[in-house]
Amino acid sequence: MSTIVARQPLPKSRSSTGFRLAMLLPGGLVTFFLILFALGLVLFLAFRGNDGSLLGAGFTFANFITVASDPLYWTVTLRSLAIAGLVTLATVVTAYPVAYYLAFYAGRRRGLLLFLVTLPFWTSYLLRVFAWKIVLAYNGVLNSALVESGIWSEPILAFLNTPAAVVVTLAHAYAPFAILPIYVALDTIPKSLLEAASDLGARPFTSFRRVVLPNSMPGVLAAALVVFVPTVGDYVTPALVGGPASTMIGSLIQAQFGKANDWPFGAALAVAVMLVILAVVLVVRSADRRFGSRT
Amino acid sequence: MNTARIDAKQGGGWLGAYVLAYLVFLYLPILLIPLFSFNNSIQAAFPLQGFTLEWYATLFGNSALSGALGNSLVIGATAATGATLCGITVSYMDLYGRSPLAATISAIARLPILIPGVIVGISLLILVNLIGFGPSRTAIVLGHILVALPTTVVIMKSRFAAIPKTIREAALDLGASDWTTFRRVMLPLSLPAIVSAFMLAFLTSFDEFIVAFFLAGTEPTLPLYIWSQLRFPKSLPTVMALGTTILAVSFVIAAIAEILRHRGLAAAQRPVPADLSKPEETERGELQWHST
Repeated sequence: MSTIVARQPLPKSRSSTGFRLAMLLPGGLVTFFLILFALGLVLFLAFRGNDGSLLGAGFTFANFITVASDPLYWTVTLRSLAIAGLVTLATVVTAYPVAYYLAFYAGRRRGLLLFLVTLPFWTSYLLRVFAWKIVLAYNGVLNSALVESGIWSEPILAFLNTPAAVVVTLAHAYAPFAILPIYVALDTIPKSLLEAASDLGARPFTSFRRVVLPNSMPGVLAAALVVFVPTVGDYVTPALVGGPASTMIGSLIQAQFGKANDWPFGAALAVAVMLVILAVVLVVRSADRRFGSRT
Repeated sequence: MNTARIDAKQGGGWLGAYVLAYLVFLYLPILLIPLFSFNNSIQAAFPLQGFTLEWYATLFGNSALSGALGNSLVIGATAATGATLCGITVSYMDLYGRSPLAATISAIARLPILIPGVIVGISLLILVNLIGFGPSRTAIVLGHILVALPTTVVIMKSRFAAIPKTIREAALDLGASDWTTFRRVMLPLSLPAIVSAFMLAFLTSFDEFIVAFFLAGTEPTLPLYIWSQLRFPKSLPTVMALGTTILAVSFVIAAIAEILRHRGLAAAQRPVPADLSKPEETERGELQWHST
């Protein structure tokens, strides 16, 4: 008589160690070495004195004391925050209706429209900024068009080399970043919620204010973050269209690693920027939690 | 048809007009570059002076330009290969590795979205100087792998998640090893997404300026060449001709990549996301950059 031997259930994961190692290696190298270790180097360098060598000398808080005590850095940091904040606000507010249309009205044109708003995302950032330089220049497109059409008698200087030029250029350059997160949030709102709102007698505006807007806030916050981070550290747009009155914190960091050649001080400025971003991320996270993660 | 939709439709006209205006705002400044690249004047201003191809002719036989183009192509292809390889392995292990390490790597891989380019640039500048090879094409490749990594990870993760779990389980139950399952089942099923991720990573590198600026040695990329020419008003028309060419190539590559990505996602029968609590992608396959 044979007994039926219960077969051992197959182990759920028969991962061989070799396979796991090989699969974890490329990502592990890049994330731990190129991201974490490299950022650690910046943090380390920020606490060193500048003696012209690669990693500086000694241990010092001097760089941070200069950053915190010199009014120049406060001015530039506040200006960067103001410019990035304005750009973020402008980008998110103007993108929201587009995302709303895509999610609720676009119908058969949705695929094409989504493609059209994503396409600029994949074109050269430098060329998008350059385009604004030729638009805003003294002898540029806008001035010449206004003079040619008789609206103004002569070109005016007021366009280029102003903080406003930086805001407009950055808002245009990062516009495609904002639409997708908001659209995704709107698109994943269960349609039954909207039906329930209207069945319970909510007018369209009430239903938007009480149902759609709160439910799309995670997307809005994600959009704000992906626009804010690259703009607050930008140095290309201030250099091309901003003029001296629009120097941003990114421009100062770039200068420390270029002409000024004080890498430890530049590293300290970079750490300050990362702290600002960290603070913004924490604020966004707590705001996100308040709206509840509807996933 | 529910009443919310009927009520809502009435506002659609205005919103449609707004979207159209928005698209004009999005594209008009960019389209000025091609417009003035054919204009027979050294200045980008109205009125237009007549049609010319002269500026395109200046692109040929320019050794600095062709050198920069060569650098950009080599760097773009290498960085895209690296970023795609990392995107595939990181997202695969994140979904199927069942280890905290794999999840950590995947989370860090998306971190570069939260780091301004200038800081990515200086951190790698310090690193490559420490290693010893300093600013060079290799350094730019490393920088561009980082910049493109979030994109490739998000694309590959949404693709792997869209492959029904049962397919991978069937392969494993039939005795295929992890490696065979990965290579013979999962990779072929996600081929369109891999090609799409590679192309978008290539474009990211090809157009990238902010990070490359810090990491370039004596061999500039195309955007760095353009930057160096912006100082000279005389070379603006040449920059516009070059810019037009780059825009045209970028549009074509991005279009092909998007079509491939959507086709790849549509090919899977209604996907069962592996992790419903973290939708990386909507049902229509739009990228969500990150969920805070």
